[in-house]
Amino acid sequence: MTNGINFKIDGIDLTVDEGTTILTAARKANIQIPTLCYHEDLCVAGNCRVCVVEQKGSKHLVPSCAMPVSEGMEIYTNTGKVRLARKHILELLLSEHNADCTKCYKNGNCELQYLASEMLTGEPMFIDLVPDKKYTIDKHNKAIIKDDSRCIRCQRCVRTCEELQSVSAFDVAYRGKHMKISTFFEHPLFEVVCTNCGQCVNRCPTGALIERNYIDKVWDAIYDTTKHVVVQTAPAVRVALGESLGMPAGKIVTGKMVAALKRLGFDSVLDTDFTADLTIIEEGHELLSRLKKALVDKDPSVALPMATSCSPGWIKFIEHTFPEYLPNLSTCKSPQQMFGALVKTYYAKKRNLDPKNIVSVSIMPCTAKKFEANRPEMRSSGYTDVDYVLTTRELGIMIRQAGLDFESLPDEHYDSFMGASTGAGVIFGTTGGVMEAALRTVYEIVTGREVPFEGLNITPVRGTEGEVREASILIKKTLPEWSFLEGIELKCVVANGLAYAKKVMQSVKDGTGNYHFIEIMACPGGCLGGGGQPIPTNHEIRSKRKTAIYEEDMGMPIRKSHENPDVVEIYQEFLGKPLGHKSHELLHTHYTPRKRY
Amino acid sequence: MSEFVKRVDLIFGEYSDQKYKTLEKIVSRPNDDIIKDILDSGLRGRGGAGFPTAMKWKFAMEQPGDEKYVICNADEGEPGTFKDREILTQVPRKVFAGMAICGKVIGAKKGYIYLRGEYHYLLPGLLKEIDVYNTFAKELGIDFAIEIRMGSGAYICGEESALFESMEGKRGEPRNKPPYPTVSGYLNKPTVINNVETFVNVLMICRIGPVKYKKLGTRDSRGSKVFSVSGDTPIAGIYELELGMPLEKFVEEFGDGDTKAVQVGGASGFCVPRKKFKDTIIGFEGVPTGGSMMIFNSSRSMYNVLHNYLDFFEEESCGQCTPCRVGCQQLRKGIEAIKSGDKPVTYLDQLIKLSETMKITAKCGLGQSVANSFSSIVTNFKEEMIY
Repeated sequence: MTNGINFKIDGIDLTVDEGTTILTAARKANIQIPTLCYHEDLCVAGNCRVCVVEQKGSKHLVPSCAMPVSEGMEIYTNTGKVRLARKHILELLLSEHNADCTKCYKNGNCELQYLASEMLTGEPMFIDLVPDKKYTIDKHNKAIIKDDSRCIRCQRCVRTCEELQSVSAFDVAYRGKHMKISTFFEHPLFEVVCTNCGQCVNRCPTGALIERNYIDKVWDAIYDTTKHVVVQTAPAVRVALGESLGMPAGKIVTGKMVAALKRLGFDSVLDTDFTADLTIIEEGHELLSRLKKALVDKDPSVALPMATSCSPGWIKFIEHTFPEYLPNLSTCKSPQQMFGALVKTYYAKKRNLDPKNIVSVSIMPCTAKKFEANRPEMRSSGYTDVDYVLTTRELGIMIRQAGLDFESLPDEHYDSFMGASTGAGVIFGTTGGVMEAALRTVYEIVTGREVPFEGLNITPVRGTEGEVREASILIKKTLPEWSFLEGIELKCVVANGLAYAKKVMQSVKDGTGNYHFIEIMACPGGCLGGGGQPIPTNHEIRSKRKTAIYEEDMGMPIRKSHENPDVVEIYQEFLGKPLGHKSHELLHTHYTPRKRY
Repeated sequence: MSEFVKRVDLIFGEYSDQKYKTLEKIVSRPNDDIIKDILDSGLRGRGGAGFPTAMKWKFAMEQPGDEKYVICNADEGEPGTFKDREILTQVPRKVFAGMAICGKVIGAKKGYIYLRGEYHYLLPGLLKEIDVYNTFAKELGIDFAIEIRMGSGAYICGEESALFESMEGKRGEPRNKPPYPTVSGYLNKPTVINNVETFVNVLMICRIGPVKYKKLGTRDSRGSKVFSVSGDTPIAGIYELELGMPLEKFVEEFGDGDTKAVQVGGASGFCVPRKKFKDTIIGFEGVPTGGSMMIFNSSRSMYNVLHNYLDFFEEESCGQCTPCRVGCQQLRKGIEAIKSGDKPVTYLDQLIKLSETMKITAKCGLGQSVANSFSSIVTNFKEEMIY
């Protein structure tokens, strides 16, 4: 007798832990049961009913995702009864669904379509209900498009928004045949608390929630000979893009990605890592200056703890949810926006280009970046700093459109200048990375020595999913000008996923969280789990991407932001000093309080 | 009344226990004795599903923890049912006493009556009575207080787990089961939820004893049942009758002489045509009912009746699970298409198969029971569906 539960599935004897669902047990036995509403990251809904199986002795079929295994249970996953029920359910979903697949952005990457192709639905069994429905398409948002005609009401988006992000921009409205996924008073997404994080887009099994794509606009810019098209690539893209192109998760494809971008016709292929490093210099000095104001000048107005500002989903979240803490946000723009502002000023000047002829494109693991690029304050170069933001997925599509055999591309290098990267810049792509990069630099500024961690790996701040990670670093033997920090224990906290961001902010608000520096990334796992990353994304895939990011960091010859040669150069040639006049003009921003709904 | 249709006065009988003295006596008995009485009585839930009440209470009783709840499901929403309204108006104290017995047995200190939104006009009277109960309970040292929660008019909230969600301030959507309410109900605590009438039955069993109670009804359907009789009958109303009578006798008593069919158990129940009246027993061995008895005479179109039910389900499904949300729409559209000739008659078989799928795959009783009225009406009145 074991402690586990013994049961039988399709004639196979299995022993599993108590509480294991039939679905999980079946997967262990390599028996595939189709699912739609089920998602590894989310709580079980059990509402699509596609995963029903037959239980011996039960009149009803049971939903395998929701039903825990019990002792002596006998399950059959492929009986005639099961097949007919699944076919019926799938046909019912299709009868409510705008199945104009060839016109759908998710064509070829749609779970409903995949199931339909597997079950060979053939001629529709039931009456098409779509003509009766007055489906709406919300196209007003810069980042996310919501098309109710493609929605199968699985509520993955609702659960994502509530459970992972604690935003709850979506909920179920109405009943029965009128039931739909909606926003507050059915307002368009841009008018509600949606942070544009795109976690819902990443989990939507169909084309009901998709990113607004700018693929054709980017092609147009590339083909326009009067335009100089610059592209920047975010750190997390290089460890995920391969998945969009048929490679396994966790492959580092930096060189191939650069090669592909050059072949697509971008005039200059640059690295957001460069401005990630720049962010560290600016943000690090900002933190030190706030600490100085607080500790030396005893200025009561200084806002501490200071929170990172790289994640646009997080920015919009705090604007809605904790607007009273906007002064605590670092005024640094995100690396994408710093890059954009510099492309149309510094880069243009150095390359002798008219900024109006430059088209600035960024490849991001993120949908919120699309919104960020369109914020009115992001025009400090005098132009739109970033013209088009593409997700990792969109880049994958462009590479396929161009007919490139991605896997066989040679590794190529980023163009210079603004193409130099460090390990510190790379780890911006994972939770805890901004904190670690900042500490590598700040500690060295203050003490003149490297951070006291083996191999510069500040593992205590390396965040993990599903927790708030606190860490502190004792500052000792400072350089004379930083003596006010002597003996200070710099308290840091790292959180990923907005549900955890909310916890951190709540603790700051109620006084239980005492920190100097807060790093928040809106998405689970940080940018590597961003809403713009390849689908599927789940815990296992995020872990692989994370391993790849740290591998990339370890492989970099330079691993500290302040040693990035392009960063050193830009301060010498253009910016002057951190937090200087030019920096403020181009690299810093402000925030907007927003409504709670 | 005929010898087969026997009126009973158990539920509505006068309740002399104005000061809850009987209740005091009952709750001083050991829990196991009370459970045993209910078990011996053979009482099955009066909401329609007929789960043995004693078992439900026993499961909740055996759960650890001291935060448990008793909920009285007064979200009487089944089309054609209106008996709980009458019980709550006539004998509310019997309901409260039944709940208090349950609270004592399972170890709950709090009871709620979830009242159908449309019954808001009962509220002032009920609140007054609840005050009286709570005062006496305190005086008698019965640590069980009762409160009312209002529904908002959704049929689905009569489904027990959707009802909990509603009480918790959430959208009324049924939960996955297991866990069942006795393990994880309101606020995820062990909860007994029973129909209004069930609680009154419990009280009466405790008062008259299971032996006397068992004399009523049949082996599978003990006791009496309150029926809501409506439709083509000269004497519509509420009747407390012994369970287990043949439908034929019921129709003789209540029909207008031209009864074509009886819908037993409301829209989610079964339609029995004239030719089957004789062989149909009203009770758990035959056609169970939560009380709704809708009588149709030959002037009625059964197509219209079915269409009306499907309209109802289409609107009242919570919309959460696929078979129920889309299935109801397809059944309604489907019979329309057959009627208009857009779909062949053979499509009816496809729809019956679909309703069978709904029965075995829907998440809760709502979607599962659409097939009851659908296939019983369609198979018994096929011509009316086509022509």
